[in-house]
Parts: sequence; C-alpha cells; structure tokens
Amino acid sequence: MMYITILVCAGITFSLRAFPFLCFRKREMPAWLHQLGQQLPSAIMAILVVYCLKDIVNFSSSGKAQVLASIVVIITYKWKHNTFFSILSGTICNMIFLHLL
Amino acid sequence: MKKEILKTAFIKSIPILCSYIFVGMAYGLMMNEAGFYWWHTLLISLVIYTGAFQFLLISFLQTGTPLLTICLSALLINSRQLFYSLTFIDDFNRMGKKKWYMIHTLTDETYAVNCTLPSQNKKDIMPWIAFFSRCYWMIGGLLGSFIGNLVPWNLEGIDFCMTALFIIILMDQCKKIENQKIACIGFIVGILCLLLFGTRQFMLPSLILTSFFLLYRSWREI
Repeated sequence: MMYITILVCAGITFSLRAFPFLCFRKREMPAWLHQLGQQLPSAIMAILVVYCLKDIVNFSSSGKAQVLASIVVIITYKWKHNTFFSILSGTICNMIFLHLL
Repeated sequence: MKKEILKTAFIKSIPILCSYIFVGMAYGLMMNEAGFYWWHTLLISLVIYTGAFQFLLISFLQTGTPLLTICLSALLINSRQLFYSLTFIDDFNRMGKKKWYMIHTLTDETYAVNCTLPSQNKKDIMPWIAFFSRCYWMIGGLLGSFIGNLVPWNLEGIDFCMTALFIIILMDQCKKIENQKIACIGFIVGILCLLLFGTRQFMLPSLILTSFFLLYRSWREI
C-alpha cells in the first residue's frame, strides 16, 4: 500500500509539472500565455521571497532572524554586487541571529 | 567546451547544494525517526522529488491517511510547479529527449537558478543543473538517514542560502522597470495571501491571483 501511495504521488507531481507541455504538444501556445510565462519569473521570485520569510507572521525568532539576514543580503549585494559574498554573509548572519534571538 | 559548461552549471548550483544537502539531511533524519528505512527515503526522493510535500508525506504514511486525502494534498501543494513550467516551455521543447527529465526535475530552486542563465548556452547548462540538484537532494537524504544523528544540529539556519539567492535574483531582475512592477504585484499579492490563507496554503492562491493580475494588465495594454 505504501509503495502504491508513493507511486501515485509521484504520478501526480510529474503530471502537474508536465501539464502545460501536454496541453500544447500539438497546437501552438497562445500569445497571451506565452507572455505570462515570460512575466512570471519576477513575480514568482517575489512570491518565493515571501514564502521563505513567511515565519515572520508568527513573530518567531527564526522569522525575525531571517528578516534581519535578508536586510544584510540586500545591503551587501548593493555594496559589493557579488552573489557569493552576499549569500555567505547573509547565511552566517542568519545562523548568528538565530543563536542570539 | 564541455568542461566550461560543467563548471558553470556547478558554480550556479552551489546555493542549491547548500540548501538541498541540509534540508535533505533533515528529511532523511525525520524519515528515520518515523520508522522508515534509507531505501524509502531514496525511493521517495527519486520518484517524487519535491521538498515541502515530501515532509508532509512522512506524517501521511505514518498515520495511514486515506489515499484520496494524500492525492488532494499533492495536487494542491505541487500545482505551483505548473506555473514554473510555463516559463520554460520553449526552452524544454528544444531539448529533445531530455525534455521529460527537465520537466520532472523542475523545482522552486532550479526554476530560480534557470531564470538567471544567459540565453546562449542555457540549453546545455540546464540539464546539468537539474542533474546536480537531484544528486544533492538524494545524497542529503541518505546522509540524513545514515549519519543524521551524528550531526550537531546547531547548523540550523544554513538553508537561508536559498532565501538569499532568491533575494539576489529578484534584485537583479528589478533592474528593469517593467520587472519592478511585476515583482511588486507578486510581492503585494503574496503578502495579502499569506495573511489571508496562512503560511501553509498561500502559495497557490498567490500564484493564481498574480497570474490573473498580470493577464489583466497585458489585456488592458492591447
């Protein structure tokens, strides 16, 4: 039973990812949907940031640490413009803030 | 040439490496504690391969939740991936047989990194990023089930690297005025939905509403 459940879930997950491809296999994708696909990255990235920082609504210490660390990422990236430097300093600050808060 | 591509793919995937190894380890450890074996962890990570839902599935399998409930949850939680596919329809369609593998391996994280690739060798780099990320996720899971108990868990908070990457990608995209407006819509809708629907269920309504607003905006401009 457990293996059936796992396989069914795998099927559902794959079908969802493949859905747009299956819909437009034979026919051309309409221009409006194409344009939406091109606009979505910026919107999705903003929603993913909200998703990552969602714990702040409970005012939990991990939520507060993440918001503070995000500010570190924004400031260091504006300053140095180096992806790895900002990820590293943000992550280290987040771990320190978690211990302090 | 191939070496260059592998190198770029690896460097681009380093934030995913940090995130997947540690989140994967947490997953492997939780699976162990719930009474599952390492091959269960490996099988689920191999065939399902999606973060949030895999964690939820642990408690479902443990408590013997009805299959229909599990299916509905899978449908609701994972339908956000459908929106991710929309961006890469053209790119994946040009990849021949690799297309199905690319569809299967599209996650929040690989989507974000794929959005940052230059268009010239995108087609060659994306499959490697997908492959590396999948390896990280499975290695993380295995490490968790074998040595999860030995790791000092004050490594907590290291998964922030992915949040940092999302913020940086967003900042880069927002150099274009047009993207700033789009990101603003996503941000505001995301926060409103978070307050309305709570932390567990807000992703899907946010994506649907944001898409609706974006479509309305383009329709008005015509």
